Amino acid sequence: MREPILSAKDIVIKFSLRGRVLTAIRGASLDLYQGRTLAIVGESGSGKSVFTKSFIGMLDENGWIDSGSIRYGDHDLAKFKTERDWLSIRGHEIAMVFQDPMTALNPLRTIGRQIQEVVEQHEKADRAHAKAKTIRILGDVGIPQPQLRYGQYPHEFSGGMRQRIVIAIALACNPKVLICDEPTTALDVTIQAQILKLIRKVQHDYKLTVIYITHDLGVVANVADDVAVMYAGDIVEYGGVEEIFYNPKHPYTWALLSSLPQLGQKGQELYTIKGSPPNLFVDIQGDAFAPRNPYALNIDFQDRPPYFQVSPTHFARTWLLDPRAPKLEPPAAIRHMLAQYAGGDRG
Amino acid sequence: MDSRPVLLDVDKLRVEFKVKAKEPLVAVRDVSFQIYEGETFGLVGESGSGKTTIGRTIIRIHEATSGEVRYRGQRISGAISRELDRKVTQSIQMIFQDPMASLNERAKIDYIVSEGLYNTGQFANEEERSAKVTAVLEEVGLLPEFASRFPHEFSGGQRQRIGVARALIVRPEFIIADEPISALDVSIRAQVLNLLSRLQKEFGLTYLFIAHDLSVVRFITDRVAVINLGRIVELAETEELFENPLHPYTESLLSAIPLPDPHREKQKVVKVYDPSIHDYSSGEPRLAPRLAEITPGHFVLGNDAEIAGYHEVAAVRAGERKTGQNSQSARKNDEPTPNA
Repeated sequence: MREPILSAKDIVIKFSLRGRVLTAIRGASLDLYQGRTLAIVGESGSGKSVFTKSFIGMLDENGWIDSGSIRYGDHDLAKFKTERDWLSIRGHEIAMVFQDPMTALNPLRTIGRQIQEVVEQHEKADRAHAKAKTIRILGDVGIPQPQLRYGQYPHEFSGGMRQRIVIAIALACNPKVLICDEPTTALDVTIQAQILKLIRKVQHDYKLTVIYITHDLGVVANVADDVAVMYAGDIVEYGGVEEIFYNPKHPYTWALLSSLPQLGQKGQELYTIKGSPPNLFVDIQGDAFAPRNPYALNIDFQDRPPYFQVSPTHFARTWLLDPRAPKLEPPAAIRHMLAQYAGGDRG
Repeated sequence: MDSRPVLLDVDKLRVEFKVKAKEPLVAVRDVSFQIYEGETFGLVGESGSGKTTIGRTIIRIHEATSGEVRYRGQRISGAISRELDRKVTQSIQMIFQDPMASLNERAKIDYIVSEGLYNTGQFANEEERSAKVTAVLEEVGLLPEFASRFPHEFSGGQRQRIGVARALIVRPEFIIADEPISALDVSIRAQVLNLLSRLQKEFGLTYLFIAHDLSVVRFITDRVAVINLGRIVELAETEELFENPLHPYTESLLSAIPLPDPHREKQKVVKVYDPSIHDYSSGEPRLAPRLAEITPGHFVLGNDAEIAGYHEVAAVRAGERKTGQNSQSARKNDEPTPNA
């Protein structure tokens, strides 16, 4: 049996907004396995950032973990209350790389200082030693001429190089888990490809476990070993990357894949998801995706589906997998996609 | 295919910006292309390539330093008459990238959508104006009562529909869409793409679609120009460009597109483009880069030697297609079949 390095169970996260309470995460569970890359995919507002921010105690001030547990080593991170509790975890054990490298860096300090201060804090090392390590990390993340670049300011770097520096800062504490929150969304495709390659390289070099948050299914296919699909504050499908792409089971996963222009046929309409995501201020009855789901059963509007097991590593929260449910074929776009894969150069 | 009427003709366009440095910044250099009536022409490039500058120069936000833009054969760049300026404003409209930033937060939808009418004077009275607003909102799939609301009350997808309605209300022939879906979620993107396609059919619109996302470009455009550092490096019909890229920059861009297929993604090798492979040192005419037609309708930038090389590659590929149709069909299968 695989041992998860981090295990979130039935997490409920709420926010208080102008006197009203919003439930952003509605009982989501997730296991993260040592040395693997888990991609969390979902649209804006699905809660993918909020969920992972709770792993490092970085929820906004008006938000809190209402119930559930986050096991990490001997700790239950969901019980952490004060900044002091978090000091030993945040950065040291679990580090985060954010979307926009422009706002993540201090424009007034050299990038060398910004990395080195983390090394000094973490290792209580003397300056010379910390500087040597900083330069080594800069080299590791693919900054050419690290000695020279050490003394430069963020504005002297391109967007892709800045993202490499943000990754360098995250690596400076030798974390075990690296959370990457849409780190390539602001970048060009060719630069994105380089950053994805870099993340795979540092994962190997630093023996990291990675959580990669994205809305881009192409990126998921590239980086992920495992995939969690989020909708309306819940993980609706979880499995190995091949299970999710080659054998998707949840109607929302079908819908996401079907609406990709890569799968569209020229001159024909792309598949679209009807309606809009549910209002998280009110309690949701049944399956949150039911009102938009063309395959919804009556029970979807009444009872929330449990996780049905597709394989030992593949789960989906949909009543369609109940033995009593009618047997359904995935939609045409998905069947077409699978047929292409089967006939293509794979395997 | 070249018998179709040319709607827009961009001829040796050069756009410079004055910056503090002594040398002006050349954002667009020697760019020429034609857009036919009714087609969707894609302009693809990375940030800083000059693709947005080209769009903005066509619509007269930036000035052309040299070269010309002609619309239906009439020059619309540089100094033009008031009358023509008004005609251009009415005929060419733009949809912007970020629907959060491009709508006036303090104005009601009614005013935002009507602004084009005020500029072109295309209404006789209030009644006619508000009827036009109602009609255009319905055309883009919004409710007429939205007219009395403010932008912050709408989601990203709805805001982009408002952006489309605002462009559409003056009944343009030609719409420049600058990254219209980059800021939107996957499922919303599909809705806006469908909307743009439907409107094109309904009103016979011509689009210039500016984007960096190649999978979207492949889906929506008929022809594409790839632009790098202010120059067009390759121009062809969309499927031809994706199937038979010739310029190394295009190859590198295509190899970087993330595909929703884990097997192919994990094996893929991203080609890195190194601009220093080109010897374009000025002076010698045979070293000067030019856009050459390699196969009908497929243009590639290169100097004499490079162009000869592209001709060879194209000839080899054409030979392969003839002899090895069976072995090729396996490769073709993993691409979505284009409509014949």
